[in-house]
Amino acid sequence: MRVLLRLLGFLGVHRWQVALAVVLGVVMMASNLGLLSVAAYLIAASALQYGLSQLTLSMFLVQIFGISRAAFRYLERLISHNVTFKLLSSLRTWLYGRLEPLYPARLLEHRTGDLLSRIVKDVEELENIYLRAFSPVVVAVAISTLTCIVLYVFDPLLAFVTLGFLALSGVGVPLLVSVLARRLGRRELELRAELNVQIVDGIQGVQDLLALGQASGQQRKIEDLGHKLGRVQKRMASITGLHSTLNDLTMNLAMLAILFLAIPLVNEGGIPGVYLAFLALLVLGSFEAVQPLGTAFQFLGRSLHAGERLFEVSDAEPQVTYPYEPLPPPRSHTLEFDRVSFRYGEDEAPVLTDVSFKVEPGSRVAIVGPSGSGKSTIASLALRFWDPTDGEVRLGGYSLPGYAEEDLRNAIGVAAQDTHLFNQTLRDNLLLARPAASDSEVESAVEKARLGEFVSSLPRGLDTPLGEQGLRLSGGERQRVAVARALLRDAPVLILDEPTANLDPSTEHELLAAVYEQTPGRATLIITHRLVHMERMDEILVLEAGRIVERGTHQTLLDNNGSYKRMIDVQNQLLLATV
Amino acid sequence: MAFGVLGAVATIAQMALLSKVVDRVFLDGESLGQVGTLLLLLLGAIVLRSGLLWLREISAQRGAIYVKSELRKQLFTHLMHLGPGYTKGERTGELVTTAVEGIERLDAYVGRYLPQMVLSALIPLLVAAYVLPFDWISAALLLVSAPAIPVLMVLVGSHAEKRMKRQWSSLSRMSAHFLDVLQGLSTIKAFGRGAAEREKVAKVSEDFRERTLEVLRYAFLSGFVLEFVATLSIALVAVALGVRLLIGSIAFAPAFLVLLLAPEFFRPLRELGVHRHTGMEGKAAAERIFEILDTPAPVSSGPAEVTSLGGRLEIELGDVEYTYPESGQPALSGINLTLPAGSCTALVGRSGAGKSTLVNLLMRFVDSEHGRISANGIPIADFPVEIWRENLALVPQRPYLFYGTVLENIRLARPEATREEVERAAELAGATEFIGRLPQGYDTGIGERGVRLSGGEAQRLAIARAFLKDAPMLIMDESTSSLDPESERLIGDALEVLMRDRTVLVIAHRLNTIYRADQIAVLDGGCLVETGTHAELIQSGGPYARLVDTYNRTPA
Ligand SMILES: Nc1ncnc2c1ncn2[C@@H]1O[C@H](COP(=O)(O)OP(=O)(O)O)[C@@H](O)[C@H]1O
Ligand SMILES: Nc1ncnc2c1ncn2[C@@H]1O[C@H](COP(=O)(O)OP(=O)(O)O)[C@@H](O)[C@H]1O
Ligand SMILES: [Mg+2]
Repeated sequence: MRVLLRLLGFLGVHRWQVALAVVLGVVMMASNLGLLSVAAYLIAASALQYGLSQLTLSMFLVQIFGISRAAFRYLERLISHNVTFKLLSSLRTWLYGRLEPLYPARLLEHRTGDLLSRIVKDVEELENIYLRAFSPVVVAVAISTLTCIVLYVFDPLLAFVTLGFLALSGVGVPLLVSVLARRLGRRELELRAELNVQIVDGIQGVQDLLALGQASGQQRKIEDLGHKLGRVQKRMASITGLHSTLNDLTMNLAMLAILFLAIPLVNEGGIPGVYLAFLALLVLGSFEAVQPLGTAFQFLGRSLHAGERLFEVSDAEPQVTYPYEPLPPPRSHTLEFDRVSFRYGEDEAPVLTDVSFKVEPGSRVAIVGPSGSGKSTIASLALRFWDPTDGEVRLGGYSLPGYAEEDLRNAIGVAAQDTHLFNQTLRDNLLLARPAASDSEVESAVEKARLGEFVSSLPRGLDTPLGEQGLRLSGGERQRVAVARALLRDAPVLILDEPTANLDPSTEHELLAAVYEQTPGRATLIITHRLVHMERMDEILVLEAGRIVERGTHQTLLDNNGSYKRMIDVQNQLLLATV
Repeated sequence: MAFGVLGAVATIAQMALLSKVVDRVFLDGESLGQVGTLLLLLLGAIVLRSGLLWLREISAQRGAIYVKSELRKQLFTHLMHLGPGYTKGERTGELVTTAVEGIERLDAYVGRYLPQMVLSALIPLLVAAYVLPFDWISAALLLVSAPAIPVLMVLVGSHAEKRMKRQWSSLSRMSAHFLDVLQGLSTIKAFGRGAAEREKVAKVSEDFRERTLEVLRYAFLSGFVLEFVATLSIALVAVALGVRLLIGSIAFAPAFLVLLLAPEFFRPLRELGVHRHTGMEGKAAAERIFEILDTPAPVSSGPAEVTSLGGRLEIELGDVEYTYPESGQPALSGINLTLPAGSCTALVGRSGAGKSTLVNLLMRFVDSEHGRISANGIPIADFPVEIWRENLALVPQRPYLFYGTVLENIRLARPEATREEVERAAELAGATEFIGRLPQGYDTGIGERGVRLSGGEAQRLAIARAFLKDAPMLIMDESTSSLDPESERLIGDALEVLMRDRTVLVIAHRLNTIYRADQIAVLDGGCLVETGTHAELIQSGGPYARLVDTYNRTPA
């Protein structure tokens, strides 16, 4: 119920249009009622050879009702759909706006296929509430009242009996149906979302599935879900069948009952016989207003569940929140970790323990260490994707939580380890880093990231679409795109996460040289397991299992003869064995 | 559909009885007792009609549900046949929408619209045929006005259909956009593009709204036209009846019956209008579905007789050439190469040289149109694709990790493997240590696409898969790039064991992987420019020697 009220609350902005739609709906249904019953009266009256003058009025009414029914239905639909789709569209935007701050901590528990299902399908599902569950209820009540008033004039008993049948069809059947379908609707949504998830996995993982011979396994999963969905839909179909049947039955039984009651009255002269046909058709016609409620309520459970699924995401509290009254943008750009400890969750092992370091503008700091030691986590903390469990990350002397998100982002340029390439052109993917960049700036970033040759090999150069997730690019090319983005961003703090893991040594060398050239004055943090160019670093931090075990310059670390020296030796062994 | 027609017969009977009852009471002044039998018959007709309605609803849906689940299965199976070459060029979000939402939309087309087409031709004729004997004037009026409905509907509808397609593609675009954005949130946030992206999302959803409303406007217009013609002609019939009653050329009972039947005459046509809209939605989706189904698969399955190759595998490539469908020049040409059984070949070349294309050919993600690739003398195209792939273990550069536990992800390589076998494979791949640190060990969920693992950890899981699969041929695409030297050295020894007695192809940039190979093949611009051992190639002073030279001059 709370969900329903919240969902209806969104209608508030459009209340006048909603009210208009309701009025139009009532007029349309009333015309329908009028058309059928007056036509019946017309014929009966003609049979009694009433004077022509008396009949013209009803003839005229028949025409008027005929036209107004069609016209008002058209207008009513136009307005109600207009409002509904406007609402759905803004709901999507709103939901996306709520989703984004949740990344990453609160979103990782959801799968993107499922989120996609929520933002597209579940939002669409709400259409049912806005179009079929709200205004039709008001219209049904109005039309039922109108019918009963007319009947009351003839005989109170007729009115009460009809009211009973209308209630049966407009309240009893919907209730029955909504109880029967409640669990099914929920299940249907979940199955659909799961289907989405599995198909996303199947498509994006097709290469691994085929290589591992597991395509048929995934096919079976999807087939299975399809069958389950089919079973739910079959039961839904039986319920649909049931309520149309019950509706049809109540409607006709109501008419029968009215005949049964009215015939004696006609015999006794309580009601003129000429109105008998009128009464029968009036009753039949009034049911057209209450019948849509069955469908609406059958799917109400599903729609409410869709609403719940939306609120479930939108109500989540972001783990990282930004202040209402932020500090002014940082004026100096020293990135500083002060005794930072971090774990990803309560029951997770600590990933970083007591990490402290400082990257001053104009200096280069490298973080080296085995994979899984927490290097990329440091980058995530600097971007404030997460907040440290203990200690502080500071920029320009102030703790990160003091800054507005925008100021923080503007201060940091990052080349992530696994960057996402959007299904757009290469140029658009680069411009993401700085939309205002000129062509020559883009080209220079491309050149510096050693992508020049790659770009000229592309059929349309920078304007070549990269395709889904840029999957056609090799690992090395992707990484260089990430670096080009970071260079283009041109922010005071530069973080490069494994920029050269997939590159051959000569490209690696060229790329790093180009990066250093661009970085005087910037605070540069390089995360890597490739120990090259280390003599150009102002400080090297050796990270092992989340702790800094050694720090110093290349030379002092070599002299230390500790972990660093060992790592260098292993790397050289691998290389030296060559020549 | 038979239920639909029978239902119409029951309705006619019901209306005939009703008109008779009203007639007798109204004009002949009969009492309840006198029309009692008629009322009972009326009750019978009412119940029968409702029962038939129920059967009709259920049977319509049953058929549609079966069609949908069959089609979805076929669609997905075909997508798997089309393989990575196809899906990389498509948008996942769009494919997903087609496979889920598109197929759901067929419901309306198959279950509702198609049967309704037939009913809307049959039932009005049935009603008219019934009315004709006792009131030909009304029958004629109805029959004359009825054709106007389909004609007008088609006129309005032809505009709607074009827009319907646009609406469908707008929905696909919206879904594709959302999925892309959801998967790229970290990048969007890192570059502070949140606000800009919100605007874009708003634009995409607005576009969908506009397209939808555009379609609906036409649907409503066509509904309006339909209603208008129907009501107008009902009103016309009513007025005509009134006049004829006045002049006494028709009796009350038949006149009332015609009035009751007139809406029934138009009902199926009105329903057609309603279903036509949703049906067209289904049709727009169906076009896309069949477009995918009609895309020829890049590999054809060979005759099923050849099943096993035995333990050792010698691969021979003769004059192999491959050109990507949408590209002008061949990505590979004139490749002659033998991968002797039990040997290791390193494939070297700059990016774009054609290394991945060669892997795709070996994995049969694509088939070459020229030249031949054979295994132990048998062309690999003769094997059923699945059987062939059983012989290969691939460690891709970016392994795809599925949402699930560590155990499930490794086990994918051989679903019947025991837990011990999985653990053994993980150990060989050097993954035991980090798995031990996970909160639930092997049963820890690794999140979508392995989000909670570091790059090197993900790579080790992929290597563990290869160990578990234990296939005669191993293909490794830069599989140790994310590993630090220490881990690389540690699993290097294990890899050595894995490579023993296997035919191995490694794509590598790093000399340490390359120099150990029994054979080095150098690719450049799609051509094989050199093959030989490290020593031979260094001596011959060709491209490889120059490559090594630059490597060595690079400060480490
Ligand atoms: N979202 C997450 N939830 C839980 N653990 C995580 C998550 N992301 C990374 N980890 C764990 O944190 C550790 C450090 O990862 P990472 O910083 O990526 O390592 P590196 O970059 O040094 O290779 C790894 O053991 C990894 O499994
Ligand atoms: N799906 C594709 N469609 C069209 N051309 C492609 C496709 N994949 C690769 N190519 C082109 O084929 C050539 C060889 O690519 P590839 O085999 O991926 O090289 P490598 O793996 O050596 O980097 C390149 O010019 C590349 O642009
Ligand atoms: Mg990392």
